[in-house]
Amino acid sequence: MAVIEARNLRKTYGPTIALNSIDLRVEEGRILGLIGPNGAGKTTALNAILGLIAYQGELKVLGRDPWTERDRLMRDVSFIADVAVLPRWIRVSHLLDYVAGVHPRFDRGKAEAFLAKTTISLNSKVKHLSKGMVAQLHLALIMAIDARLLVLDEPTLGLDILYRKQFYDSLLNDYFDRTRTILVTTHQVEEVQNVLTDLMFIDRGRIVLTCTMEEFESRYVEVMVNPEKVDAARALKPIHEHQVFGRSILLFEGADRSQLAALGDLRTPSIADVFVALMSNQPGQAQGGSR
Amino acid sequence: MNTQVNGASESLASAAIAPPAIPVTRLIYWSLRRELWENRSIYIAPLAAAVVFLFGFIISVARSRYLHSLEAAHPHHGLTTPHEFAAGLIMGTAFIVGIFYSLDALYGERRDRSILLWKSLPVSDVITVLSKLTIPILVLPLLSFVITIATQFIMLLLSTVLLLGSGQDLAALWTQSSFFHVSLMLLYHLLLVHGLWYAPMYGWLLLVSAWAPRAPFIWAFLPPFVVVVVEKMAFNTTYFLDVLKYRVTGPEGPGSMTGNTPMDPLASLIPVKFFSVPGLWIGLAVAAAFLAVTVRLRRSRGPI
Repeated sequence: MAVIEARNLRKTYGPTIALNSIDLRVEEGRILGLIGPNGAGKTTALNAILGLIAYQGELKVLGRDPWTERDRLMRDVSFIADVAVLPRWIRVSHLLDYVAGVHPRFDRGKAEAFLAKTTISLNSKVKHLSKGMVAQLHLALIMAIDARLLVLDEPTLGLDILYRKQFYDSLLNDYFDRTRTILVTTHQVEEVQNVLTDLMFIDRGRIVLTCTMEEFESRYVEVMVNPEKVDAARALKPIHEHQVFGRSILLFEGADRSQLAALGDLRTPSIADVFVALMSNQPGQAQGGSR
Repeated sequence: MNTQVNGASESLASAAIAPPAIPVTRLIYWSLRRELWENRSIYIAPLAAAVVFLFGFIISVARSRYLHSLEAAHPHHGLTTPHEFAAGLIMGTAFIVGIFYSLDALYGERRDRSILLWKSLPVSDVITVLSKLTIPILVLPLLSFVITIATQFIMLLLSTVLLLGSGQDLAALWTQSSFFHVSLMLLYHLLLVHGLWYAPMYGWLLLVSAWAPRAPFIWAFLPPFVVVVVEKMAFNTTYFLDVLKYRVTGPEGPGSMTGNTPMDPLASLIPVKFFSVPGLWIGLAVAAAFLAVTVRLRRSRGPI
């Protein structure tokens, strides 16, 4: 059974189309990254999946309709929809009491064990914690919930690099176990590149690209072209080109690797580079890219 | 949406892993505790009112013992009036706390974005709204009852101590105050009037709290005011104002607001009479409608 299944999912805010009839299917055990520019519809898609907004079209999450069954769904789904949504007035121990009181799948011992590794005291109030500590606290809650789907919307926004690294390390090492599914959106694409199993680019309410990371790696290749071979390389129709330290780096989609190897050094492009290439090749975008 | 499909997939999902359900009572219990953690004024304000009152009472009793004149001239007033006043003060404080609590209950969580945390937990919007309604219609009346009884008891003890040896009749002090009888009427008043009669008012405040894009206080009080003014100007009538007045003063008449009610003759407080007032049932129906809208709003509203 697919964890998330959407068909013709649409959401409009007045004249603005936030989601333009997207189809989506996420299988169990995947870590899907939803990548897109601001206003692309990422958060709208997540909110629909979490039952926070009404939508048109068909959507099933773990076999349920999120909009009408949010409370039932939340027994099996966790989410961090934003950093720092923990109420400032609450005491850490009260927060644990409350979640333990209302959540059938919350393991208080796990949360406390995680917190013991941090500098967060159970007696502190959230307002006295730093932003990084609040994120750790929320992570402690999430990790102690035995959920089947975890949704993260910009979970590390505004955190320093140490916390960000720790955040994904904890998720991968202590939480993810192949029977869970994680859906994440972030602008810090380089951080999640090695974490993801699946990738989806979304722009202006439409899905631009969807593939597994293996497909991504075999489909896209970046060549640091030797200066004398630039013209030959350009003839092979790269989808994007940029300059680094005076050398041209050309991005190819579905090209013949042996042919490219003769032109320079091959490497797997970063998600960010492919994203920029695909976005700038979109009709209506200002930057022309290079063809 | 499609119930048939839901039913089928539900059995599929529950067969895979049946999530143990948490009983509704436990969800409400923890939701109420959460409200008390967030809004400590629910118990601090009535307690503070009681302490301030007792402080004033001690000074007044000490003075009257010294002056002697008041007690001798009006022995009954000297005893019952402060007790009524204490009840009225604590009830009034709790009433004001209830209004401000209700206005902030569903607005505050949107303002500080914590609604995103609450909605990530398996607590339905119905339970959230009902537990927030429970605070003004049940928790606050019961709390003010307990605090009032404690205050009145302390007052009696204080009077006894202060009047010892003053030559006054201490037995009369205890019998005249008819402690048990008064307490019962107070509880009755708090549960029926503050709990049931005011329910539509709290329903309205919660609805505004769930809806208002900002300034819920203004949204709650301005529209009724505008209706009253427009009605007065257009038709030169005051029907809407009368409805509001009737709702605020209660079925027992204006006395209930001044704290006199607990001392009213028992006859006016017979439950049969209260429950035969159509206004009660109309009010409860209106409250139910407000709450239904509030639940829908809670579901669709996100952080501001």
